[in-house]
Amino acid sequence: MTPLDRSLREGFSLLRQRSGVDPMPALREAAFARFAELGLPTTESEDWKYTSLAALAQMRLEPAEAKADIDEELLRGLWSPPADGSIQVVFVDGHHRPELSSPAWGSGGSFVGSLRAGLARNRDLVACELARHADFRRDALTALNTAFIEDGAFIHLPAGAVLQSPIHLLFLSTVSRGATLSHPRNLIVAGRGSEATVVETYAGPSEATYFTNAVTEVVLDEGARLHHYKLQQESERAFHIALLQVSHGRDSRFTSHSLALGAALARNDVRALFAAEGSECTLNGLYMAAGKQHLDNRTLIDHKSPRCTSRELYKGVLDGNSRGVFSGRVLVREDAQKTDARQINKNLVVSEGAVVDTKPQLEIFADDVKCAHGAAVGELDEDALFYLRSRGLGREAARSLLTYAFASEMVNLIPLAPLRARVRELVTSRLPDRESLREVA
Amino acid sequence: MTGPMLRIRNLRARVADKEILRGIDLEVGAGEVHAIMGPNGSGKSTLAQVLAGRDTYSVTGGEVLYQGQDLLALPPEERAVAGVFMAFQYPVEIPGVGNLYFLRTALNAIRKRRGEEELDAMDFLAFAREKMKLVAMDESFTGRSVNEGFSGGEKKRNEIFQMAVLDPRLAILDETDSGLDIDALRIVANGVNSLRSPDRAMIVITHYQRLLEYVVPDRVHVMDNGRIVRSGDRQLALELEEKGYALVQEQPAARARGEAR
Repeated sequence: MTPLDRSLREGFSLLRQRSGVDPMPALREAAFARFAELGLPTTESEDWKYTSLAALAQMRLEPAEAKADIDEELLRGLWSPPADGSIQVVFVDGHHRPELSSPAWGSGGSFVGSLRAGLARNRDLVACELARHADFRRDALTALNTAFIEDGAFIHLPAGAVLQSPIHLLFLSTVSRGATLSHPRNLIVAGRGSEATVVETYAGPSEATYFTNAVTEVVLDEGARLHHYKLQQESERAFHIALLQVSHGRDSRFTSHSLALGAALARNDVRALFAAEGSECTLNGLYMAAGKQHLDNRTLIDHKSPRCTSRELYKGVLDGNSRGVFSGRVLVREDAQKTDARQINKNLVVSEGAVVDTKPQLEIFADDVKCAHGAAVGELDEDALFYLRSRGLGREAARSLLTYAFASEMVNLIPLAPLRARVRELVTSRLPDRESLREVA
Repeated sequence: MTGPMLRIRNLRARVADKEILRGIDLEVGAGEVHAIMGPNGSGKSTLAQVLAGRDTYSVTGGEVLYQGQDLLALPPEERAVAGVFMAFQYPVEIPGVGNLYFLRTALNAIRKRRGEEELDAMDFLAFAREKMKLVAMDESFTGRSVNEGFSGGEKKRNEIFQMAVLDPRLAILDETDSGLDIDALRIVANGVNSLRSPDRAMIVITHYQRLLEYVVPDRVHVMDNGRIVRSGDRQLALELEEKGYALVQEQPAARARGEAR
């Protein structure tokens, strides 16, 4: 038994002892049993071929305690609340912090708050949708998250609700005595014709060692639209594993922008299922790794129904001795006629020591479809570097500017100006010559 | 300053195993415009690239003194700071980087290293707008990415615009006339002429005489097979136009004799 296994068993029996208040003991037990069967994946599994969790398995992790006091200064360093009065739901070390969050919010039947508050308020809906979309029988990390569900965000948009300003979900980790783990679990249920923008941010101070294992389920009813952003800025010592599972109702739209910058090792899964026809899914992603970081992105778009459109563009920038992984699968099932699917992955390797593995997969079982995919790995263009240097830019400044230029395509795809500015700042802050990129736009 | 702006002595350069410059000697004084002509493959563009600091070419001999200092010892960005500018034959497209942002960054990098104050966005915009007039660039240029989607003519005008902003002491124009229609050629030539000045030297590299009708050179040099084989005044360019490069090429004649035998 690995130190991680031992940690998890101890953590689970502690959770069981508190079962007096546990609203979902059966789900927990089933999920933990499934995790025990599956075990932590190894590189022998096709899904984890390029990403080894061996270092994680050797870690001794304590469930993150809710801290009595939170260092406000530390929080400000990780997150500055937007000035536009948008709603925020804050979790610190996995625990909901009402004092840092907007008041549990509901107007016209909408709800934005913690999962616990959501259970108290709308038990039937939560019980019906939770763990129905993210399949813990198939996936060990999802099983682990499901076994340890304690809290997370719950968003419910009733039919026709349109929220203009973004909803910010914040998952901050702090420094504890030992390494900690948390399992944030989010549920977003968007009713018929509703629309909202949700930003999930995961962050922690650089000296914090922890493991975040998050799952977000998104359920879109007919005609619903959800714009989802994920900003992964975890500590450089952290492990971050997350699944975003989207279930499309008829004629619904989902857009995802995933920005992966932090963590020692991160694995981000995005899976979209076209459960009914006429829907559109756009998955955009940017991963920027340096040092010894390992950033793995895995996507699955399941065209189960006819007349659906998917667009996917992931870009990676790999520096230092980092490793990037993109593995994107587009599955077009037999009944999914008139599918229109396009997937592109482009990587820029800026150092000798960096490596990227890209694996686009297109599996088509229908005959009347339009599908395309492509993957590219390149280096900085020498002609462009010389051009910039011949105009007076130093070598580092020229490299940074070209790297920014490569990444900026993803930044410019973000329609909301304040968010775009924020992401641009995060992207430039990762480049060696960030000074000269202050005002790039 | 004593001596010429640029003095090249017996410059030799190669790419991989191929020697391309085989002993170039050239002197260009402040205020002068020198044209370098020659057939394709004669080494004209290589000379421009070597002067600008492109490291795909290795210099194997000779020296280049610019304002009395060893130009070849400087990396490309330091040459720019010192006042050397090359207008590219094939300007590079850089999607995602604003044309004006890039140019301001370049200008400020140069000013900073010269110990001059940097220009803020507002001051720069006013300054740049003045210079844009020189090459008839309209306001839409300011909002576009560096050369992205520019026509051939727009790219060349953008090069001259950059030259106007960076205000170099030595400007090397590498086939700035290639691919231009007559209207674009006039615009570019007018821009170049307006930048002629007693304290600036220019080297204009061209395949055709056409540009030299507009930008009248003080001296004309003809390159062939990595060397300057003839130098003269403007008349030389006209003579070449009339008789072709066979006038200065030795080998083709020798080859022709060989074939006749």
